[in-house]
Amino acid sequence: MTAVELRGVSVDLDRRPVLRDLDLTVPGGARLGLIGPNGSGKTTLLRAVAGLVPHRGQVQIGDAPPGSLSRRELARRIALVPQTPAVPAGITVSDYVLLGRTPYIPYLGTETRRDLAIVADVLDHLDLGAFAGRALDSLSGGERQRAVLARALAQQAPVLLLDEPTTGLDVGHQQQVMELVDTLRRDLELTVVSAMHDLTLAGQFADQLVLLDRGRVAAAGPPRAVLTEEVIARHYHASVRVLEDPGGGTVVVPVRAGGSEGLKPGPPVDTVDTAERQVTHEQPA
Amino acid sequence: MTVTERRPGRAEVAPGSRPGPARLRAAPLAVALVGLAGAALVAVLVGPVRLPPGAVLAELAGRLPGVHTRSGLTRQEAAILWELRLPRVALGGLVGAMLAMAGAAYQGVFRNPLADPYLLGAAAGAGLGATLAIAYGPDTASWPVDLLPMAAFAGAVAGVVAAYALGRSGGTRTATTLILSGVAVAAFLTAVQTYVQQQKAETLREVYGWILGRLTTAGWHEVALVVPYALVSTVAILLHGRLLDVLAVGDDEATSLGLSASQVRLVVVGAATLATAAAVAVSGLIGFVGIIVPHTVRLVAGTSYRRLIPLSLVGGAAFLILADLVARTVAAPAELPIGVVTAFFGAPFFALVLRTARRAP
Repeated sequence: MTAVELRGVSVDLDRRPVLRDLDLTVPGGARLGLIGPNGSGKTTLLRAVAGLVPHRGQVQIGDAPPGSLSRRELARRIALVPQTPAVPAGITVSDYVLLGRTPYIPYLGTETRRDLAIVADVLDHLDLGAFAGRALDSLSGGERQRAVLARALAQQAPVLLLDEPTTGLDVGHQQQVMELVDTLRRDLELTVVSAMHDLTLAGQFADQLVLLDRGRVAAAGPPRAVLTEEVIARHYHASVRVLEDPGGGTVVVPVRAGGSEGLKPGPPVDTVDTAERQVTHEQPA
Repeated sequence: MTVTERRPGRAEVAPGSRPGPARLRAAPLAVALVGLAGAALVAVLVGPVRLPPGAVLAELAGRLPGVHTRSGLTRQEAAILWELRLPRVALGGLVGAMLAMAGAAYQGVFRNPLADPYLLGAAAGAGLGATLAIAYGPDTASWPVDLLPMAAFAGAVAGVVAAYALGRSGGTRTATTLILSGVAVAAFLTAVQTYVQQQKAETLREVYGWILGRLTTAGWHEVALVVPYALVSTVAILLHGRLLDVLAVGDDEATSLGLSASQVRLVVVGAATLATAAAVAVSGLIGFVGIIVPHTVRLVAGTSYRRLIPLSLVGGAAFLILADLVARTVAAPAELPIGVVTAFFGAPFFALVLRTARRAP
């Protein structure tokens, strides 16, 4: 079953095209990684799916005809975790997670015992029970990110959109957050679409990668096919070595253009001329 | 794909075993109401003629259905109580409640701690309306209705409508563009008001008297004028308390949670403006209440609008009743403008609260 399907989607922001005639199919239960250089349209794509930016073309969520879902219905099917979520001053973790029940609470109504029970469940599931009464702004970065995920889970939406979920976290917390998302995806049968900066994490935590460049799909497929030194050099204008992790993942290591002593290059060797790459690097993205 | 209610794993926890949501608890509301009743009682008793507390309580109780008491107040004392003190206390309470509630609502809707009821050109519009009525209006002394409150009301509403229309930027209204357009509209209206004031110098004193705020002429007529607007706006804003909490995460995130941020903003701004305009129309411009009362409540009871709005209503009423008591007693028989009192006592009090209060959880 298809969870999200985009057909001919274009988005202009300030009369500048950001997404151009984009087609994308996200199967149910997929873990899809969106990669691409800064300004390539990753965030805008997630926002278009979540109904936050006006777009041309069709965005279909599940089996609902495009454009047929109300804002509330959409929020029950799509949960978006923004890159830098707002942290209202003084809000407790449990009140923050309760915000995720907004699409289920009548407009002028109030939360039911069931909403509170779901919030309690989600807090337990993410080991946040002990933090329930703490102020969100007193938590560390990793704990806060778990609370943000908890709010998204309280929406009970089958599709989870994550915009750079590891921003600002150290390497340990980056791995913990991505492992947690992966566990939740399996437990709750979620479809997860994550925009990711870190190509190594993208290679390890996504089954399919979609590389965006200047608002178009530049490459798509399993990480091994997309994360090649040629593709990364062409679209990121970066010098990298792509290594095979014995554990099965792909490791992308940036190297200085001059050389990469001490690194054993992986099978697909970069053939792009270094000097030429330097020139393209200076072009505006 | 259909949405199913999936339960994440473990056993359900009874909601009672955790800190509950930010609903209003009975205890703080009861404390605030007792404080308000105390302030109102003191304000009713104190004045040039001191009324005996026991007799006043008996007189008030005597008006309750089914209660028959003899208060022992003289006819003159009863008249002072019913015709002078009570309407003034009631009006002061209503105006304070409206300004504090509107302040809390504006702060929530614009996510700006400095937002107050006079944002968006409400005060400037009311000031211009009142100035025009005083400078060019017919002599309404013999009329059954007073033109001044209506002119101020119309001016306040016109100011906000202008700011709202101007705040449309690129098809969207964000909190920031609305505030900026409010500043522009206020500057323009104030310029016009100052010009009119200079042209008609003979009415300058009357205009200033109104701008500084007054409850001097309060009667049941003014109370009746405010009550309908107060009721409508209070009900609307109280019902939106939870939604203001959702709006605290910003327009974008609120939208992704299924809420129409612009719809909530329109309704709450409309209701808060109605409350402000009604208060300003009968009392003139009384500054500072809409800032200090909600912030004091926040420091004591936390930031959730579900607690903040009702507690600000009660706190604002008590604060203005006490401020008016000071205004009419401290330099008796003369009266200070109440706006001077709210600022003179409010600013240091607020500074004290800010310094001593622990941060609310």
